[in-house]
Amino acid sequence: MKRAFADLHLRINLKDPAATLRVINKAATLGYSLVAVPFSPETHADETLQLRTACSEAGVDFVARVDIRPRTQNELLHQLRKLRRKFQVICVYCENKEVARQAAKDHRVDLLNFPLLDFRGRFFDRAEAELASSSRAAMEIDVKPLLVLEGPARTRLLSSLRREAAIAREFHVPIVVSSGVSVETLLRKPRDMAALAFLFGLDEASALETVSKNPVAIVKRNREKLSSGFVAPGIRVIKEGDDC
Amino acid sequence: MKRVKRRYLALQIESDGIISQKELMDAVWGAVTKLYGECGASLTSLSLIDYDVEKRYAVIRVSLASLNMVRASLASIISVANRDAAVRVLAVSGTIKALFEKLKA
Repeated sequence: MKRAFADLHLRINLKDPAATLRVINKAATLGYSLVAVPFSPETHADETLQLRTACSEAGVDFVARVDIRPRTQNELLHQLRKLRRKFQVICVYCENKEVARQAAKDHRVDLLNFPLLDFRGRFFDRAEAELASSSRAAMEIDVKPLLVLEGPARTRLLSSLRREAAIAREFHVPIVVSSGVSVETLLRKPRDMAALAFLFGLDEASALETVSKNPVAIVKRNREKLSSGFVAPGIRVIKEGDDC
Repeated sequence: MKRVKRRYLALQIESDGIISQKELMDAVWGAVTKLYGECGASLTSLSLIDYDVEKRYAVIRVSLASLNMVRASLASIISVANRDAAVRVLAVSGTIKALFEKLKA
């Protein structure tokens, strides 16, 4: 069966429709079958419709994603309550340890993202990985900084990523590699993205899973949860009525 | 002596302007050297086999052991000769003949 590739972080400027179309068409040409675009938490469902149409015309599956940057644990819980049923993918930017720990243990969080340039602000340690593995949250790595950084900054970033990827593998935390780019020249083919994952110590099979199996599984799981017949994981309503 | 296994990579170069053969290879060597250093770059046995300036297709040869290193380096190229560019791997094969067959398919 042909492998489906996904990019869960296309940072499209929604105010520029021409650029949006270019990026989506490029993603389709490069072989992605699923793309996720981050929206602000205030976005209404109908605002995503235009983008959904553009994606279906290009032949890619569209996923609405929200990125949240809570400052406290309570703020995170409040936002999750408000947004979980509105978006298919929720990514939490963990800017402090309190938020990182809460996000890692909350089942409603799909992706954990850490500041790429603030190396002291990366809280993905063994404790975080243990919490994330029980809640099935994945660690997201954007490749854009790997492309644009040079010299010591890139070296330090690779060193952090290599350490965190090893911890994630030890605790079976899925890793999702996303582009995080807004221009089409920085978009890479899925296999080239996987090649960049070699840089932080993943083998070929795991690297390919970071752009295919892992992101697709998150979307599939959430679509099932958001469907009307969902009762609990593994249980769903298949028929309703008097004749049941 | 054990024969060195090689792989041929077909590349497509996306850029605004025309890129010469030297500029392309400087960018590729630069990317490999930046990521893996001079010692790492020396292990790749990297060489240009063919380059079509107009169609922007290139074929390079690398050692099998360094294939992943070269793929990662090619993906990290964001500019060639100070122009925004991307180098995309179209196909990988063990022989030039099979590479062109893959491209045709």
